[in-house]
Amino acid sequence: MDRIPILRMGQYLLVTIQIDLYDRLATNLESDLVQAVSKTGARGVLIDISALSIVDSFMGRILNNIGSMSKIMDAETVVVGMQPAVAITLIELGLELKGVHTALNVEKGMELLAAKINSAYEDPDEDEAGTE
Amino acid sequence: MKLVLNKDKMQIIREQDVVPFRNRVKEYATKIGMGIVNQTKLITAASELVRNMLKYGGGGEALIEVISQGRDNGIRLTFTDKGPGITDIPLAMKDGYTTGKSLGVGLPGARRLVNEFDIKSTPGSGTTVCIIKWKNG
Repeated sequence: MDRIPILRMGQYLLVTIQIDLYDRLATNLESDLVQAVSKTGARGVLIDISALSIVDSFMGRILNNIGSMSKIMDAETVVVGMQPAVAITLIELGLELKGVHTALNVEKGMELLAAKINSAYEDPDEDEAGTE
Repeated sequence: MKLVLNKDKMQIIREQDVVPFRNRVKEYATKIGMGIVNQTKLITAASELVRNMLKYGGGGEALIEVISQGRDNGIRLTFTDKGPGITDIPLAMKDGYTTGKSLGVGLPGARRLVNEFDIKSTPGSGTTVCIIKWKNG
């Protein structure tokens, strides 16, 4: 069966969706990704959707689910590369991608993930410093 | 007065039929010179409706037509299934209402994305949804 490849790079998982997805493929990606987060202990997930010509309510729900599930597994998710027409359509459709972070491109997405992960590490230190 | 310039029929029986159908709609929309934003809206609406047809109607038939009215060209899509039908259409058209596990934005969202939206259903014998997106709509 078709599968979307998940690449591991350090503490990140990278997914580039290069083909238009039918529903089963999207659901498979959701479960594969959550399992990959658990197996690798990844702290960040980056999903590139620049090749997707549409994101409908089903795909939107899958992206939100991936974000929420990864969050529970202690990983941040960022969706990058959304085409402008897709953003316009998503909002008119009535869908907001609230469960995930978004960034304009892969580079900005990686920066965002790095910042999120580092701040999560640094925060407790700062609190300790404050109480001392 | 709407004139039909071209028509094409596709059977949608399995999930895998959805992607070729979306591509076919895109081909026709590109052919009449529809802009990328309107194309995306049309294909997204089509994707929602075709999913409903598969999920609730057990599959059916999608008709793609290139139509013209006055100086405007557009795409008309008609989805026909022989499923159980919808008993309460106003309720089904409400945002957030679903009988499945979805978000309940499919039908009302699809209506917002197109210029004309018509739904007819007879409980027990099936549902027909017809949408039109004008090239410059």
